Amino acid sequence: MAFINLKTKEVQVKIVYYGPGRGGKTTNLEYLYNRLKDHIKTEMVTIKTQGDRTLFFDFLPMGLGEIKGYHIKIQLYTVPGQVKYNATRKLVLMGVDGLVFVADSAVDRRKQNIDSLANLQENLSAYGKNLFEVPMVFQYNKRDLAEKGIPVLPVEVMEADLNHKLKAPAFEASALEGKNVIKTLKEIIFNTALTLEHQLV
Amino acid sequence: MEDSILIYALGQEELDAMNAILKDTLFEDGVHCVCLIDMAGNIVVSLEREENTRDIHALAALSAGNFGAVNSMAKIIGEQEFSLLFHKGDNVSIHFSKVLEDFLLITIFGQEISLGFLRLKVAEATDKIREILRASLGSR
Ligand SMILES: Nc1nc2c(ncn2[C@@H]2O[C@H](COP(=O)(O)OP(=O)(O)OP(=O)(O)O)[C@@H](O)[C@H]2O)c(=O)[nH]1
Ligand SMILES: [Mg+2]
Repeated sequence: MAFINLKTKEVQVKIVYYGPGRGGKTTNLEYLYNRLKDHIKTEMVTIKTQGDRTLFFDFLPMGLGEIKGYHIKIQLYTVPGQVKYNATRKLVLMGVDGLVFVADSAVDRRKQNIDSLANLQENLSAYGKNLFEVPMVFQYNKRDLAEKGIPVLPVEVMEADLNHKLKAPAFEASALEGKNVIKTLKEIIFNTALTLEHQLV
Repeated sequence: MEDSILIYALGQEELDAMNAILKDTLFEDGVHCVCLIDMAGNIVVSLEREENTRDIHALAALSAGNFGAVNSMAKIIGEQEFSLLFHKGDNVSIHFSKVLEDFLLITIFGQEISLGFLRLKVAEATDKIREILRASLGSR
């Protein structure tokens, strides 16, 4: 539910990082926060359990310069990935304008990725939306595990599992090392802005 | 639960009118901050006694989440919604009031004001804001 303030010429957009528990959603936001700290005037808000797992959401607002004379304000959120937190996960999706699906490349997380995507579809449908309508970017995270000798899923397998019908943009990434984190964000912002522009007219 | 608006715009006229309503009916002595947000956590209008003393973006995100959570709790115990949403602090308190389906009015106020008086003022402001939003976004 993007909001256009015609008075201040400002557009506010909500982007949600979704995906299985421990997939690296919070790590994405932490990296962005640390990299862009000087430009972001506010603190990152996190609601975590003791073990560093997201309990409700992480929140990071950022200004983004101008597009066609409008100031763009992006609000980034992460959901809690753990299966048991579906009620709060669904709340965070309310009014979402764009989605980043952070999938875990570790071989043993294959099923969790697929289940999480199905859960996303289910939760979106409660708001009368579906995966094909909301702009989305896939991030195949933790590619660095391969260098550490931990088996990772081939990208083709992840594409076939998750992105075979959607054909959304997808990036290999390492949120821990910051690889392609900004690229992922730029892509979702671009796609979301494009969709909003279409809806405006 | 249906979230039908994908994108909405409000113009200078409506925003100025809502700003004036909040200022005239609710922004009494003792009210520190008034903020109208949508359920996605976007800030629509905000008034602050002293600018930049608190992080209203975080406040908006947390309020939208909190409101959603409390609403879900109501449903679990068989209530449609809770009519009073209010957190009391030693010095400062916070009050939430739903406006139509998609908006929330947040009021932060000090001990100088009683909750009863504040609720009266909030109800008055909410009625007027609702009319403007309804006229501008269509009756939903
Ligand atoms: N090797 C490696 N580890 C990562 C990467 N990204 C995140 N991690 C680690 O994975 C763990 C979980 O990361 P989080 O960012 O907390 O995961 P999350 O998706 O927010 O998890 P929930 O909040 O439970 O949904 C942490 O120990 C991270 O350091 C990555 O790219 N590579
Ligand atoms: Mg997390």
